[in-house]
Amino acid sequence: MSAAQETVLPEPGPLRRAARLLAGNRLGVLGFALVALIVGAAVFAPWIAPYDPAAIMVGPRMAPPSAEHWLGTDNIGRDLFSRVIAGGRIAMGVAAAALAAALTAGLALGLLAGLGPRWLDNLLLLVFDALRSFPTIVFGLAVVTLIGPSLFTVILVVAITSIPIYARIVRTQAQALREAEFILAERAMGVGLPRLVLVHVLPNVVGPLLILASMDVPLVIATEAGLSFLGMGVRPPTPSWGVILNDGYNFIRNSPWPVIAGSVPIVLVTLGFTFMGEALRDIFDPRLRKG
Amino acid sequence: MSDPLVRVERLSVDFATPRGTVHALRDVSLEVPRGRILGLVGESGCGKSTLAYALIGLLAENARIAGGAIRMEGQDLARLKPAAWRDLRGRRIAMIFQDPMTALNPVTTIGRQMLDIQYRDPGSRAEKRARAIAFLEQVQIPDAAAKLDVYPHQLSGGMRQRVCIAMALLTRPDLLIADEPTTALDATLEMQIVALLRELQATFGCSILFVSHHLGTVAELCDEVAVMYAGEVVEQGTARELFHDPRHPYTRALFDCDPARIREATRRLPTIPGTLPDLRRPPRGCAFRARCAQAFGRCAAEHPAMIGQGHAARCHLLDASLSEVGGTPA
Amino acid sequence: MSLLEVEDLRIRYRRQGRLRAALKGERPDFEAVCGVSFAIEAGKTLGLVGESGSGKSTLARTLIGLKASAAGSIRFDGEEIATASARDWARLRRDIAMMWQDPVGSLSPRLTVASLLAEPLRLHGRPHGREEIARLLARVGLPGEFATRYPHQLSGGQARRVGVARALALDPRLLIADEPTAGLDMSVQGEVLNLLAEVQARTGVAILVITHNLNLVRHVTDRMAIMYLGRLVEEGPTAEIFARPRHPYTDALLSANPEPDPDARQAHVPLLGETPSPVARPSGCEFHPRCRHARPDCAARVPDWRAEGARGHRCAWPL
Repeated sequence: MSAAQETVLPEPGPLRRAARLLAGNRLGVLGFALVALIVGAAVFAPWIAPYDPAAIMVGPRMAPPSAEHWLGTDNIGRDLFSRVIAGGRIAMGVAAAALAAALTAGLALGLLAGLGPRWLDNLLLLVFDALRSFPTIVFGLAVVTLIGPSLFTVILVVAITSIPIYARIVRTQAQALREAEFILAERAMGVGLPRLVLVHVLPNVVGPLLILASMDVPLVIATEAGLSFLGMGVRPPTPSWGVILNDGYNFIRNSPWPVIAGSVPIVLVTLGFTFMGEALRDIFDPRLRKG
Repeated sequence: MSDPLVRVERLSVDFATPRGTVHALRDVSLEVPRGRILGLVGESGCGKSTLAYALIGLLAENARIAGGAIRMEGQDLARLKPAAWRDLRGRRIAMIFQDPMTALNPVTTIGRQMLDIQYRDPGSRAEKRARAIAFLEQVQIPDAAAKLDVYPHQLSGGMRQRVCIAMALLTRPDLLIADEPTTALDATLEMQIVALLRELQATFGCSILFVSHHLGTVAELCDEVAVMYAGEVVEQGTARELFHDPRHPYTRALFDCDPARIREATRRLPTIPGTLPDLRRPPRGCAFRARCAQAFGRCAAEHPAMIGQGHAARCHLLDASLSEVGGTPA
Repeated sequence: MSLLEVEDLRIRYRRQGRLRAALKGERPDFEAVCGVSFAIEAGKTLGLVGESGSGKSTLARTLIGLKASAAGSIRFDGEEIATASARDWARLRRDIAMMWQDPVGSLSPRLTVASLLAEPLRLHGRPHGREEIARLLARVGLPGEFATRYPHQLSGGQARRVGVARALALDPRLLIADEPTAGLDMSVQGEVLNLLAEVQARTGVAILVITHNLNLVRHVTDRMAIMYLGRLVEEGPTAEIFARPRHPYTDALLSANPEPDPDARQAHVPLLGETPSPVARPSGCEFHPRCRHARPDCAARVPDWRAEGARGHRCAWPL
């Protein structure tokens, strides 16, 4: 609205804006709270967990939740709550490592594709499309066959399947920026390529990328859980949520609690990061908002 | 003005923004005459686009009509329900926009769009096609029949704007609202479109509300002109009255700034110093006071009313009953 | 010797791959600028006028080193720069600066005004501390507190001033202003133009104003050159051309910018049709399909440039 534009005042900084927007965005607050809870639990897992996640027979088998065992026990008497907390640590760790790797590689490759010569762009697109054409689980299977199942395998699989997505986003943005007037102005001033990319292009492509990455956390965690559920990732007795789910799934007729214990955290993580991601998007780039 | 087509009565429109409520239109009263062209002139932030959009019910979501009415043929457009608007828009009231490329659907052909617009009309497809061709010819598009199968991006900017005009007039509206339709075009194209609009208005007899900040174009095309500043109408009259004898200090200052009006070539061009008042807290007295060279005591305290018959301006200087100033201003 | 001398400059764009063009028997390029010649004296202002498709923006990009020319010569202070290397341009950029059309869009959105102003200074090894920034801001009439603002926090007029400050940071000898008043309200257009005039009076910088706004050209330029489809059709002292245009296109342009006077609804020189695409140029004099005075031989050959004292034009049958 042009009337509001004319009286241009210095805007409140991002923190003030964030606080104000959050105040009106209850889902965003919920998201942040959930994420804080989950990340906090993951970080302080060893101190919060009442029992050793691997210790068997600390209570009756397949017991429902009680005062001693908040989420009950699994089929060999391990405390589910402790296992879930420890699983959270793994989930967060995988997410952090995989996303960090994917973001770095995706950024670099995306910039190369978007700003570099045409042939490089075509080549990289080919690679991205090839990677994307594999269903994640199938790809995971292939990698597991090559290097065996482990935490590292999971991180590798997740990272590699995420790179093309981020790279494409960065590429599109970089391509658009290539012809942006301020880039032309900088070039006309004689700015060298490294500074052009690092100071002028990078900060303008990174924003949407980070927000989308935060919304991808649930996907990464679900992928890890899925791979572990299928036995291609973390091996038991390491308490990844996927492993908890797998164990519980085998004994679901005896007690639903292990399955619930394994799946509810995934739901909470998904909700939390999604709401938080959307709130972040609204704060930092209102242009991305619909309507 | 006897029996105007649209009478805007003390219309006020507010916009809710994160930084407060912006009073974009304040007590605007205006009449769109039947069968004539009214020009709405002003600079950024004056509210002319807001007024245009209010007349066709396309205000943004955070806009609210805070008061007043828009009377057209017995209805109050300011309080119309969506169903009634759907009946009115594209039939009695049509609009053309600044950027014809975004006003046209890029993925359907011109012909398809022109046929779709006639969805309310009875008649066969062939009849509607024939009407579309006839209107394309009216707006001087060569080879009209072939153009029906063309996509918007295959046409030049000027042609696209002509297509938009054809589409707007296809349903023979009573009122055509044109929001800066020539701003994005080259000057020579602008002249063509202006001549076209004048011709079409004479042929179809509709009213046109022409919103623009190009004084030359407005002088060319419009029968009557209203000047807006900071959400108010500050002067209105016939084009001749306004351009030959501007009465409001803003209008005069604005005309003084127009390089086309300055006879002697000069390197120092005049400007109007200062900035628009903050529309979140409109000033109590005259909105232009802070930038007016002739402001005096009353201007800060009292909001001026429109003074004058026919050719009127919102300025205390015109108030003949003033004993301090005495007489009409120079 | 003029500060800038452009002679028979040709600039081409690739429109299809060379292989495909060869197979189709067409040229892979099209000419956006076809043999343009003009000169700018130190301390003077030249207005380059043209509508869309005229090639004026392409010409600006070549003059600032962003686009290579295909043929012709550009001499800056006697030095041939049409074939300048990247290293030459690093030096030239101190002397030739550009002001861009989109005031806010031409400023890097994540940098503060202070960083934006410091950039040209830092690139060329000049001091770029707080005092220098404040001085630059003062030169364009902006208060010091603007140094910490971001581009999206500036109004159009304020952003333009920052653009002027950036362009002037290194005291260039030639300033290219691309549509300096586009998007500005009429009541503030004068601010930017007066600023440029004042800078020119003080430092003797030559200015090339690229615009389609003839009303401005009449006031702020010493000479003007009119381009149509990549070719210069008329050039000379501004006052003379306004008084007596020789080329029909100039005449049409002048009449398309009337004085706002309802009584002066004079018979405009109507221009038929629209500017053709530079890819599909009409034969002979490219303006002939739209010219009211066209004669049969106009379609046959491109008219030569005819010099008439201080001015010149390219029309076989001038007005």
